[in-house]
Amino acid sequence: MALLWLRFALGCYFVGLVYAFFALTRTSDLFSRIALHAASLGMVFHFVSLVEVFLSGQVVWASVHNGESLLAFFSMIFFMVIYTIYQTTSPGVVVFPVVFFLTFVAAVDEQPVLLTQFVSHKGWLVAHIILIFTGYAALVLSFGASLLYLLQERRLKSKKPTSLISFLPALEVIDQIGYRSLLLGFPFMTLGLLTGSIVAVTTYGHVDFLDPKILLSVLMWAVYMVMVFTRWNSGWRGRRAAFLATFAFVAALAAWAANYFSAIHRFAAS
Amino acid sequence: MRFQLIGVNHKSAPLEVRERLAIPESRLPDICRDLTAYTGIEEGMVISTCNRVEVITHTVNGSADLRGFLHQHFHLDPEELDPHLYEFRAKDAVRHVFRVASSLDSMVVGEAQILGQVKEAYATARAVGAVRGQLDQLLTRAFAVAKRVRTETAVGSSSVSIASVAVELAKKIFGNLHGKNVFIVGAGKMSELAARHLMAHGCGSIFVANRTYDRAIGLAQKFDGQAIKFEDLYATCDRADIVITSTGAPHAIFRREHGEQFLSRRKNRPMFFIDIAVPRDVSPEMAKLDGIFAYDIDDLQQAVSSHVADRRKEAERAEAIIAGEVEKFEARISTLDVVPTIVSLQDHLETIRQAEIDRVRGRMGQLTPEQEMAVEALTRGIINKVMHTPITTLKTAAKEAEATTVVDVVRRLFNLREKDSGGPAKEAPSKEVGTQH
Repeated sequence: MALLWLRFALGCYFVGLVYAFFALTRTSDLFSRIALHAASLGMVFHFVSLVEVFLSGQVVWASVHNGESLLAFFSMIFFMVIYTIYQTTSPGVVVFPVVFFLTFVAAVDEQPVLLTQFVSHKGWLVAHIILIFTGYAALVLSFGASLLYLLQERRLKSKKPTSLISFLPALEVIDQIGYRSLLLGFPFMTLGLLTGSIVAVTTYGHVDFLDPKILLSVLMWAVYMVMVFTRWNSGWRGRRAAFLATFAFVAALAAWAANYFSAIHRFAAS
Repeated sequence: MRFQLIGVNHKSAPLEVRERLAIPESRLPDICRDLTAYTGIEEGMVISTCNRVEVITHTVNGSADLRGFLHQHFHLDPEELDPHLYEFRAKDAVRHVFRVASSLDSMVVGEAQILGQVKEAYATARAVGAVRGQLDQLLTRAFAVAKRVRTETAVGSSSVSIASVAVELAKKIFGNLHGKNVFIVGAGKMSELAARHLMAHGCGSIFVANRTYDRAIGLAQKFDGQAIKFEDLYATCDRADIVITSTGAPHAIFRREHGEQFLSRRKNRPMFFIDIAVPRDVSPEMAKLDGIFAYDIDDLQQAVSSHVADRRKEAERAEAIIAGEVEKFEARISTLDVVPTIVSLQDHLETIRQAEIDRVRGRMGQLTPEQEMAVEALTRGIINKVMHTPITTLKTAAKEAEATTVVDVVRRLFNLREKDSGGPAKEAPSKEVGTQH
């Protein structure tokens, strides 16, 4: 049943996806409102799906698909918080495709694959999953904001008259969205890694820093920290910030992909 | 439709003529009263703005002497005034009112102020009872049309002066302008205007630097700002988010190294340079820096002209909306014209029916309630059948030019009296009009 709700959610997010492509070329308040309502409805279905997964009694969030579903949901929550504060749907240009992709992958089929090793501290595992996914969601948004910043900066620099009717919010607003997401996400990511280490130590007795998953996660965290630091210290914006954000995002993707070949952080049942 | 309109606007009359016709707000109620007291006018109102003075009326027969009203009221020589006047009647008057309210007849097409001015003029006239019937309907419809034009077209979406384009650009960079600091370099008129616009949108402090320090002080005082010595320009400029520069320097005064210094001191927070100097004050190299947004006079002018072109396109769409609305309004008003005749026809036949029932009631003796109902139904049915064709004909004719003839024929056939109609036969009073003081 959870999968069915998730597929309903996917249908709603599809409207968001179409909006994302549409918004790159033209502006439409009506379509923006439709996408927003569809995304809200999608979140309701998505929430129901997650609740059903939770009520199923196992820590099945540790399955790849449920993880993707949870990350998509957190990203949507971030998007909605930003919409509430700034009244702009433009971060959706990046968030909607990411959310659609994650939900699509999660909704393809039932795959209740669990961690191969028995995890003795379920509480730490749940904390790890929630914290790290919140951090990921903030990173997705911050990455999206840095791309939008670049786009808006280019439009304004091009001095074409169309820059005035751009669908994007003001440069400083995009900057604030990115920076706040970054600041908010950093402690979550840090605590997420710490709780992950605790889970690893309690399960295996040690943390293997040469494991690709751990290595890439630490790398991602380091880039994240550099981003926060350069922004706080030198106010890095625009191109430099976008490069860093892209690097952090790619590192995050790599850390996620490492699930498939990590020895200690495997989801696959085989 | 017996609407009539006369007036002058920025296209038809020079400022000197418009000035002589301009009416202070305090005098508007008196003029509206004078207008409705004038021969042949049932309802009237006056719009008086810096770009137009217009008298809008609903008249007794559609041909009131509005020119005469203006001549008498403003004591202007007809030869002096008449060449500048335009006059519209019936459908054309309706279209003109719709266009004015929708800001299609404005000097800056799409500006929002005119709708507010028309609404004020309407409220004033309504308060003194000069607008109450069909003119009321016309204005109410005009406001709805203006709203539709504003919602369905982008005619009012962007502003067109260089100063307002500068404000829009600043908003695209900073979002809310509240608390943003402005630096004026070179105390020119255009800089002052741009600064005024920015301040009106909530900008915070103003700094002024000029080679002649006294002029900087003078301008700073106007804005309650701070004058800066020109030699301190580079040390203080980074305090501003928006720099309006218009010096007469023969070469760029802001170069790449200055931009780098500013950005470093500002921790890369963006700066917006409005460069209205010719030759330019901001070097192209500095404008390339990330975080520096420099628009010169040509860039701003280009944005302005593109807006004007966009608006022209949107205005065409708005004209189409108005054309449709004029047709709808005309049909509605025409139907309203025949409504009094239909009502009096119904009253007339109902009176006959009642009289006939009363007349034969004695001969029919005591009727049971069922019989009473049957008689009622029978007589009503006959009346309705008789009335059906005349009413349908009246309603159809209302949309055609022959409406008046048909109304007249029906009234004669059924001998409908004037007082029943509540209609148009008000005798036009001949009164003296007031004079402007």
